[in-house]
Amino acid sequence: MRRLLTLIHYEARNLYASAATYVAAVLTLLVMGTWYCVVLFDLSAQEQEAAPATLFFGFFFVPALIFVPLLTMRSVAEERRLGTLQTLLATPATASEVVFSKFIAAYGFYIFVWALSLSFPLITVQYFDQPDVTQRLLEPGPLIGGYAFIALSGALFVAVGIFSSSLTRTQLVAGMLCFSIIFILLVGVPVIQNTGFAPDLNLLVPEEFLAYLQVTYHFDDFVRGVIDTRPVVYYLSSTLMVLGLAVLVVESKV
Amino acid sequence: MAKSTREFSIEAAGLTKTYGRAKVLHELSFAVRPGEVVGFLGPNGAGKSTTMRILTGLIRADAGEAFVDGISVAREPQRVQERLGYMPENNPLPEDLRVKDYLRFRGRLKGLHGKRLRTQVSQSLEWCDLHRKHSRRLIGQLSKGLRQRVGIAEAVLAQPAVTILDEPTIGLDPHQILLIRRLIEQLRGKTTVILSSHILAEVEVSCDRVLIINQGHLVAAGTLPELRHEFIRGETFEVVCKGSREALEAVLQAHFPTMQITQWEDLEDDWQQVTLETDETNLPAEDVLRQLQTSPELTVREWRERRARLEDIFLAATRRSWDVESSASNTTADA
Repeated sequence: MRRLLTLIHYEARNLYASAATYVAAVLTLLVMGTWYCVVLFDLSAQEQEAAPATLFFGFFFVPALIFVPLLTMRSVAEERRLGTLQTLLATPATASEVVFSKFIAAYGFYIFVWALSLSFPLITVQYFDQPDVTQRLLEPGPLIGGYAFIALSGALFVAVGIFSSSLTRTQLVAGMLCFSIIFILLVGVPVIQNTGFAPDLNLLVPEEFLAYLQVTYHFDDFVRGVIDTRPVVYYLSSTLMVLGLAVLVVESKV
Repeated sequence: MAKSTREFSIEAAGLTKTYGRAKVLHELSFAVRPGEVVGFLGPNGAGKSTTMRILTGLIRADAGEAFVDGISVAREPQRVQERLGYMPENNPLPEDLRVKDYLRFRGRLKGLHGKRLRTQVSQSLEWCDLHRKHSRRLIGQLSKGLRQRVGIAEAVLAQPAVTILDEPTIGLDPHQILLIRRLIEQLRGKTTVILSSHILAEVEVSCDRVLIINQGHLVAAGTLPELRHEFIRGETFEVVCKGSREALEAVLQAHFPTMQITQWEDLEDDWQQVTLETDETNLPAEDVLRQLQTSPELTVREWRERRARLEDIFLAATRRSWDVESSASNTTADA
């Protein structure tokens, strides 16, 4: 445990010392801030059924597609390129500890940046200072559900980023791989279903199960404030599976 | 299954490793005693780095077993890594860490904490002469020689039972090589050292024993005199003398019939530079000198026994293994 904490500290330090981290954070906050403004303008123009938080979180995939590759592409690929991964694994630190420490550090930063987006409604509420606006913007159900969804889906996305980075020694390739895998996770199943590209797919795998595998499928429940155990199991198990694959890759490609 | 004894710090028993179709190690076996400084030599692609990576637990052998400090590397890699210091070839280091912070980080990974961590870090820094302003510098700003010293400081940080140094002097200037040599000299007796280097003079000076591998086979193992005895036939003497060639030949004919003059070069004032060679081994040099001095027609000014250097042994050992390999393949082809 002590070793894992040492590695997390080292990884966090590496992350904070990297310019790519700040570029990613600023870009993400800029995109999210702009989107929040768009949501507010729409709300002020006409009555919306959905809560502002629901509309805001509906845009989660854009930051995920930009932020996660930039945040994780360096993690294993750069260590492999420099050769420091080899010296790290020649100490009593195991491949699992190395991979999990990288994951925890990157995931911590991912959550931190998303937590900063909580300032958007808080700033707006301060600015307008009207009870109905406050009630609408800080409605707890969609806010808590939305952030819970971000936290759970983010774990899977960051794990995919670490896995992509473990496959190559080139940061750029790792970033592109991560973007592609997350993109497929987000739109892959619906595209296959809608285009009829694999018409027998529903016969082989029940439609219900295919829907369950879709990352976006559970979003609606979360932003309504319904937190079910099934998506929690899905995100956590798939995160662990992807991290397990990354450990295997790191062990085999030292 | 191979068993280890505590008599040895390192034991390799029948290590075999294949990458694709290429067999890199062929049942490689050797042992190193505690406190020894052993040179690990071989041409490029001989399997040195692969062997070192197996010993550090980074990769697994396809067959055979390795033990470090009596512990099986394959079965308990973490316990082995706790007892091992490793500096790989090219010495990769994180560029954006300060020397002291890097050593602290590595120390924690090796199980050092609190006061022991502080003591070991400052000892390593002092020992590698990094304790003053260098300890606060970013690793990325250090010269090649300083980086090598950081690598060695890291390898010996937790006072390991075994230290593996892969090409520690590569790319260094003579001053820096001398410094690294002094560091290795200070390690003698404190830890078992395996030192891989292409600078054979370096190994000759620093190591108690030498292991030479070629194409994944151990082709030579022993101290320098032992290897000289095994691989080098005959003796060579260099003489600067005054006198006729006939007189010298007469002395040789009378006392050392197998000895021949292989070089005769005229120097200033009738002095000659002569090289004498014989196939006989263990011929006492003082006997040859005494006999030359007894001849009234010869005056000897300089006398030197040319001892085979590690380079000659290395070339002879690797050439012999290539000869064996090619004759074996010819036999197979003929069959």
